[in-house]
Amino acid sequence: MTYTPSTLQQQREDAKRRASRRSTAIALLSTLIFGALLTAIVVNAQGFTAVRESFFNWHYAQKAFPRIFDGILLNLRVLFIAEFFVLIFGLALAIARTTTSPVLYPLRLVATIYTDIFRGMPLLLVLFLVGLGIPGLRLSYVPNSAVFLGTVALVLTYSAYVAEVIRAGIEGVNPTQRQAARALGLSHTQTLRHVVLPQAFRNVTPPLLNDLVSLQKDSGLISVLGAVDAIRAAGIETAQSFNFTPYVVAGGLFVLLTIPLTRYTDWLIRRQDRAQKAQGVF
Amino acid sequence: MSHLLELKGVRKTFGENLVLNDISLNFAQGSATVIIGASGSGKSTLMRCINLLEELSDGQILLEGSDISAYGINLDSVRGKIGSVFQAFNLFPHLTVLENITLAPRLVQGKSKEDATLQAISLLKRFGLEDKADAYPNLLSGGQQQRVAILRAIATEPKVLLLDEVTSALDPVLIAEVLSLIAELKADGITMIISTHEMGFAKRIADSVVFLSGGVVCESGSPQEIFDSPKSPELRTFLAALHDAGRL
Ligand SMILES: Nc1ncnc2c1ncn2[C@@H]1O[C@H](COP(=O)(O)OP(=O)(O)OP(=O)(O)O)[C@@H](O)[C@H]1O
Ligand SMILES: [Mg+2]
Repeated sequence: MTYTPSTLQQQREDAKRRASRRSTAIALLSTLIFGALLTAIVVNAQGFTAVRESFFNWHYAQKAFPRIFDGILLNLRVLFIAEFFVLIFGLALAIARTTTSPVLYPLRLVATIYTDIFRGMPLLLVLFLVGLGIPGLRLSYVPNSAVFLGTVALVLTYSAYVAEVIRAGIEGVNPTQRQAARALGLSHTQTLRHVVLPQAFRNVTPPLLNDLVSLQKDSGLISVLGAVDAIRAAGIETAQSFNFTPYVVAGGLFVLLTIPLTRYTDWLIRRQDRAQKAQGVF
Repeated sequence: MSHLLELKGVRKTFGENLVLNDISLNFAQGSATVIIGASGSGKSTLMRCINLLEELSDGQILLEGSDISAYGINLDSVRGKIGSVFQAFNLFPHLTVLENITLAPRLVQGKSKEDATLQAISLLKRFGLEDKADAYPNLLSGGQQQRVAILRAIATEPKVLLLDEVTSALDPVLIAEVLSLIAELKADGITMIISTHEMGFAKRIADSVVFLSGGVVCESGSPQEIFDSPKSPELRTFLAALHDAGRL
């Protein structure tokens, strides 16, 4: 159905448009001024030319790029494998922690201790303990590669983070949902699988994605064990040229990698907000 | 006539609080029993005991002669035979109307997706909800949600349907929608136990009425007996209060 808006409404729309044009103009202007100021300060700093030379040198950037690019491919591989196992272990830990049966108390206890330890311990320390400690045990059946051990350390730590997020999601599902499912005759497992977990994951997708963004970035830390990832590759290039540009290149690549995921997270949060408003839940 | 469902000396305590005290009731196949009583008299607790969401503190519940309150019984298989609808509709928000209705037939009864879907669609059609099949619950009105919740409960063809204050959260027009659905199910011969504050509806639909007060069955009988010639002072007080509130 179409209708002609009243003059009152037209005036209101005009006023809205004017206001929105004005705020865009102000935002643009203030960004320009701020940018100009910042540039002026940096460019006029005493050491500007030296810094530009050693951090933003185009020649070294080009030279280092292929190696760093190979490195970032390794980061990506590590990331995907780690993400896969983190989600599985995180989910298992979360389920273990949210059981209520008294028989499963030992399981709950172990899961709780695990998450407490690995959430509290700095990742760097876990990397060293796993990366240097496990080879020290001389277990012939455990691969000693830095990539493998680094991935294990990432999985150990991030499973604990992700478990806590998923657990919050599970506990956030209204108990009446569980009851309704049980009343229909669904078993414990069916209730968890078909009613609780889908809702839990939907509620915690944004924080879960945040953790995955962190994981993406922290995959660079496996370089401390000697794995030739993007950061290590940059380090090797820098050692040859005494120019820090390769690090900046690696950093830029990491940022580029995380941007899609962070934008997706933002979008998802906005969409959920809207859906919730449509439901009248605040 | 043998009874479909029998409660024998059912007791339920929450800590020190004796909420149901020695309840013995029989429910005949195809009958509609309405449970009335003041707030806190134990109506919901009684329902939750019957569908085994609460563990009995004493007594027995027999369904078709077999003791479903026995220790170690498979709760899931018993619950599948008892349909329950709650005051808050408790539809699954992440599933469409169709998925809500087909979930239990598929998982509990092992029906194929096609069979469960056909059955659900025919239920939805019968009650004028087929255009909502693919909608998510949050887009339905309260009355539609509650009707879907009732269809979900009967999709597994339970022996008994428990309806606990299913209209309390609705406004009058929506109440009428839900009540007419319940009346149709009654005509189908589904055995029902209904707790409600809608006394007019109780009079019309009930084969028998049970008045709970302080956790005991204070009085029970036909709707005429209960509403027109109450005997106990408790029931008289209750009915008088309803009358004063304009609900009778
Ligand atoms: N899980 C519980 N723990 C402790 N006390 C409970 C629990 N559930 C119910 N009760 C108590 O049992 C009594 C009966 O409650 P119930 O919900 O069965 O009443 P009702 O008749 O359904 O009331 P209403 O008409 O308000 O729904 C109340 O005093 C309530 O406080
Ligand atoms: Mg109640």
